[in-house]
Amino acid sequence: MSDDTHTGPVLAADGTPLKKKLAQALFVSRARAFALVAPLLLFIVISFMVPIISLMIQGVKNDTFSRNMPLTTAVLADWDTTTPPDESMYAALVGDLIQARKDKTIGQVATRVNRELSGTRSMFTKTARKAAKLSPPYAAALQDIDEDWGDMAVWQAMKVASLKYSPAFYAAALDMEYKADGSFERLPERDRIYVYLFIKTILIAATVTLATLVLGYPVAWLLASLPARQSNLLMILVLLPFWTSLLVRTTAWIAMLQAHGVLNNLFVWIGLTDDDHRFSLIYNMTGTIIAMTHILLPFMILPLYSVMKGIPPSYLRAAKSLGATNWTAFWRVYFPGTIPGIGAGGLLVFILAIGYYITPALVGGQDGQMISNFIAYHMQKSLNWSLAAALGGILLMIVLIFYWLYDKIVGIDNMKMG
Amino acid sequence: MKLKNVLFSATALLAVGTVAATAGTLTVVSWGGAYTKSQVEAYHKPWMEKTGNTIVSEDYNGGLAEIKAQVEAGNVSWDVVDVELSDAVRGCDEGLLEEIDKSILPPAPDGTPAEEDFIPGALQDCAVANIVWSTIFAVDSSKTHGVDSIDDFFNTTDFPGKRGMRKGPKANLEMALMADGVPADQVYDVLNTPEGVDRAFAKLDTIKDDIVWWEAGAQPPQLLADGEVTMTTAYNGRIFNAAVAENKPFEVIWDGQIMDFDLWVIPKGAPNKDLALDFIAFSTDTQRLADQASWISYGPARKSSGALVGLYSDGKTEMGPHMPTAEANLKNALVNDFEFWADNADQLNERFNAWLAK
Repeated sequence: MSDDTHTGPVLAADGTPLKKKLAQALFVSRARAFALVAPLLLFIVISFMVPIISLMIQGVKNDTFSRNMPLTTAVLADWDTTTPPDESMYAALVGDLIQARKDKTIGQVATRVNRELSGTRSMFTKTARKAAKLSPPYAAALQDIDEDWGDMAVWQAMKVASLKYSPAFYAAALDMEYKADGSFERLPERDRIYVYLFIKTILIAATVTLATLVLGYPVAWLLASLPARQSNLLMILVLLPFWTSLLVRTTAWIAMLQAHGVLNNLFVWIGLTDDDHRFSLIYNMTGTIIAMTHILLPFMILPLYSVMKGIPPSYLRAAKSLGATNWTAFWRVYFPGTIPGIGAGGLLVFILAIGYYITPALVGGQDGQMISNFIAYHMQKSLNWSLAAALGGILLMIVLIFYWLYDKIVGIDNMKMG
Repeated sequence: MKLKNVLFSATALLAVGTVAATAGTLTVVSWGGAYTKSQVEAYHKPWMEKTGNTIVSEDYNGGLAEIKAQVEAGNVSWDVVDVELSDAVRGCDEGLLEEIDKSILPPAPDGTPAEEDFIPGALQDCAVANIVWSTIFAVDSSKTHGVDSIDDFFNTTDFPGKRGMRKGPKANLEMALMADGVPADQVYDVLNTPEGVDRAFAKLDTIKDDIVWWEAGAQPPQLLADGEVTMTTAYNGRIFNAAVAENKPFEVIWDGQIMDFDLWVIPKGAPNKDLALDFIAFSTDTQRLADQASWISYGPARKSSGALVGLYSDGKTEMGPHMPTAEANLKNALVNDFEFWADNADQLNERFNAWLAK
């Protein structure tokens, strides 16, 4: 039923086409909405995106060597890594060493090369002290100070260090060494640590997630099904520890679990063990898992509770009245309804657990340490910030991979927080 | 009228501010516990009395991390820091520390210039040593008897029980090699080879399950007192303090001791550099170093101080035999090779961490 006499666009009261008018109105309301979220967006960009991006960059970028040793960096760029270095390369090195000594940057350079080839640090500082007095031919003069200057391994290490952008730190974070010729080589067995730690971290996080689910599911069910008076009281019992400081709760576990702590004293008293064979429940992996499970429990219970609250009790009654046993009613009717809550709680607990730092640091002892503790170690102790950034970058990727897997298997739309 | 008041009070405030600036506040950072106390008694109090300045004393656990963070952020709040030798050398090379002109140091009472009065190695480009300290191991002599050599520390068959060790490769690898039969003067030659490092770790492996790791210097006396360990490595002054000041039945085993310096350094860009220099010159003169030795059993870094070291502050304990540098304690002693550690600390730390995590 078209109007044959009027084929032009529909006009608004003031004569402009209605479509345009509508777009204008929509634009204004969108702009207003954007202006409202702009502060939050800006905050997220500045406090979240920028640090993450700079972290990723720090893991591949290190210009300590190229900035302070420009001449050597230039000649190394053209070097094929296999022919012995010629006199011009030695001359460039001496020139840089003199300048770096003057600028007091030689220590940074030496530290950077030392990370590639251990034991070269003092070669650089020692040679730099004498560099100003050297005369050509420099190849012989340098090898006079330390014969290792003729060693190809030293020059190859400098070549890797001279790259402004290199995968050397990501390689180190995966227990590999990035060679001057661009290849990767696995470290010897005794020096491998990070892959093992990543796997251990994932396993600990998975164990904690499973433990919180097993412990939290019945509690959430009680919360959702008890009458308001009892469930409110129960809710307070869940929330009270949730509001208590993390440090307080971790320290409380130390008092509970240590060799002469509450639990061990109880075991000795009831005769489960004797005084010389008390259980080691803390300062090891067991302690880490127990304390983390307790601390992360509310993050599992609360999403579960809110989902269970939304399942009408009449469903179970209907299933039973149709002849289902208790188990069938639960498993076929109730449980499928709670899956979005399990997904939400599981993902939340897992992602929090995989980056957990303070609890393993306090109760982890030797074998309960996670990858985050080693990131902190490289930030605070070894000062290898690039390696810390690479480890952090890999951790972030692992989290994203698990998120993606979750989306594939369960579907992220299926998650329900409340 | 109102404006005048405001102006007046502002001027008054400015005047107060100027007075406060002449009587400055110096932040001195050290290792805490009995050690910091000895410095407060021997250096800080007399210096504050003499100059009218105040000292804020802070504790830390060693390492260059905090200095590096402050210098790189351009927000330095520490003026003087007590560091280990390898950190003093490394920090200087990396431009994290101010160079210290040695001409500010007063000569010995007999006129010997400071450069000759200090023990070799005690003066570095950016650092002035105040003490010689030592990593030793100690036992509770009321419970364990007959321990007299570093071998016994690694012998859990004859001397069962847990061992306390500092969480890190430094000193532990050297002790492991000495216990494995390497003479003190060859330890660093052996450790400089890959086989030597393997050998040290293999020796540590033999007691790995019995080790309780400590990190702060105040922990080992506590571990020993609580009975958590039967023997522990420790800084000799901490054990002395527990034994003499707190009457604990602890005994220091000097066999296999590893000596090191503690040095004053000034972070680059420290807010009160001139005061810091004045404090360092004051605290490392002959008398002050000797005074410090009467509060804790660390040896003074000046030769001329040795003769002035007398009794402990309790007025009856002779300090001489408790010094790492005492003749009787030097029979099997090692001096920490800072260059070896500056070169290899990163790699050995990684190796140690890998070893520890498995």
